[in-house]
Amino acid sequence: MPFLEVEHVTHQFGGLRAVHDYNLAIEPGHIRGLIGPNGAGKTTIFNLITGIYNPTEGNVRLDGTRINGLAPHRIASMGIGRTFQNLLLWRHMNVLDHVKMAHFSRIRYGLLGAVLGTPRRHREEREIEDKARTLLEMLDIGHLAGQAVTNLPYGAQRRVEMARALATEPKLLLLDEPTAGMNPDELVQIMEIIRRVHRELNLAIFLIEHRMRFVMELCERIQTLVFGEVIAEGTPEEIQNDPKVIEAYLGSGNE
Amino acid sequence: MSLFLQNLVNALQWGSFYALIALGYSMVYSILMLFNFAHGDIFMVGAYIGVGVAAVLLAASAEGALALPPWAILVLTILLAMVLTSFVGMLVERIGYRPLRGAPRASAAITGLMIGIILETGNLALLGAQRIRFPSLIDTTVYEVAGVFITNTKIIIVVVALLLAAGMHFFVHKTKWGLAMRAMAFDYVAVPLMGVSVNGIAALTFALGSALAAAAGILYALAYPVLDPYMGIVFGWKAFVAAILGGRVSVMGATLAGFLLGFIEIFVAMIFPSTLRDLIAYSIVLLILIVRPHGFFGEPYSARLRL
Repeated sequence: MPFLEVEHVTHQFGGLRAVHDYNLAIEPGHIRGLIGPNGAGKTTIFNLITGIYNPTEGNVRLDGTRINGLAPHRIASMGIGRTFQNLLLWRHMNVLDHVKMAHFSRIRYGLLGAVLGTPRRHREEREIEDKARTLLEMLDIGHLAGQAVTNLPYGAQRRVEMARALATEPKLLLLDEPTAGMNPDELVQIMEIIRRVHRELNLAIFLIEHRMRFVMELCERIQTLVFGEVIAEGTPEEIQNDPKVIEAYLGSGNE
Repeated sequence: MSLFLQNLVNALQWGSFYALIALGYSMVYSILMLFNFAHGDIFMVGAYIGVGVAAVLLAASAEGALALPPWAILVLTILLAMVLTSFVGMLVERIGYRPLRGAPRASAAITGLMIGIILETGNLALLGAQRIRFPSLIDTTVYEVAGVFITNTKIIIVVVALLLAAGMHFFVHKTKWGLAMRAMAFDYVAVPLMGVSVNGIAALTFALGSALAAAAGILYALAYPVLDPYMGIVFGWKAFVAAILGGRVSVMGATLAGFLLGFIEIFVAMIFPSTLRDLIAYSIVLLILIVRPHGFFGEPYSARLRL
């Protein structure tokens, strides 16, 4: 059974139809891609899955449970993690705090424990810190734990965002243009990291990308979205050779 | 010299009120980007709730139902009034601000003004126009140290204010809720993805700020025991000045700026006729703000991302 199912989802902003009759099924552990020109509605689909928007029509199911209409924090704690196209980091908070924050709902000690420094608090703090550091190592940013995120290069900031999303222990990770603004070196590294994360944490990944080579290399199946509608879906080879995709997307001057 | 020291003591007391009110203003503003103009009136509500709580405790004590020493009644009055006022703050957030979270900032700002007027006139309707006296809970003792007169009330006020400010600093920097608050000062979109309820943290922020305002109200009433429904207005404005002057997401900044305001006012009054106090004091504050538009501490207010 698919972990995530999006069924006939349509979303309108006022009179503007941003997404029309969108369908998606992601099996556990699969990597899927979503491509399409700017303004096609790709990020809107992420917002519909994560509960930031509530679909006008259709349903989103997670593990068989309907999740559309639930608050974003509920959906997040059910196992969906996400990064943003334009980095939503908490500037001036350090890297470790970002990852710790992801454990919010799992921290059990109360205010009294915080004030008194009970053994339980110390144990929980240590466990969280250990987990956080392991995760930062996996993303090759362990050495940056104490740094404020504002001081970090762009590529490192993207990894912090990914570490934060992974720290919520999602079963599905949504990546919104993980390579945006990256130089070729950083690009190779982030591809390696996504592969590593996928392998070691055994999660499903759904990513939005502009760089065709990147999507083609990572994803098992790809959807192409144009004006809020899927015009093609298939393996990277099928997508690459689909005349509609070439016309709408590949032919428009992109890589 | 003793005049200077005397004024220093007075300024510490005066600054304590500003600091405690500024903390609530600052937290709501930094974390929720709201001008909670009703906050000065929460200070007033806190003082009035304090009168009620103290009256009940004193009555119970007089009947012999509760054998409490005066200091215990004072401590209980402060704590209970803080708890009760925090519920008022959460109610204000729930009714006045939450429905307007997506609305233009200006709408939320006038909400604060309206809630302020409702609280003032509601109080007037409920208790009438006459002023109310805060019961004297402890006997005033005056100590003379090197020509400076210090009352036990002043000591209590300053110590309680500093303890509460330190407690707030600890809360914001050392607890998971504080972590969530600091994160929410930057965005509302990524925070829920950590499994954190934005509404929950907003309510918590209002509750804490209101509790501190209540403490300020009671401490103020200890020093100036005559209360009226409009006592919070000018206090609120000035504390808001301190909150912005302190800098964003900075408990320490708001506290220090509150005390600074107290110092400026008291020392201007020491040198100039007291009718010119606010004219000169706030001209000085304006100059400070021109030099340091982002305040003393914390993150600049501009360039924030809100989706």
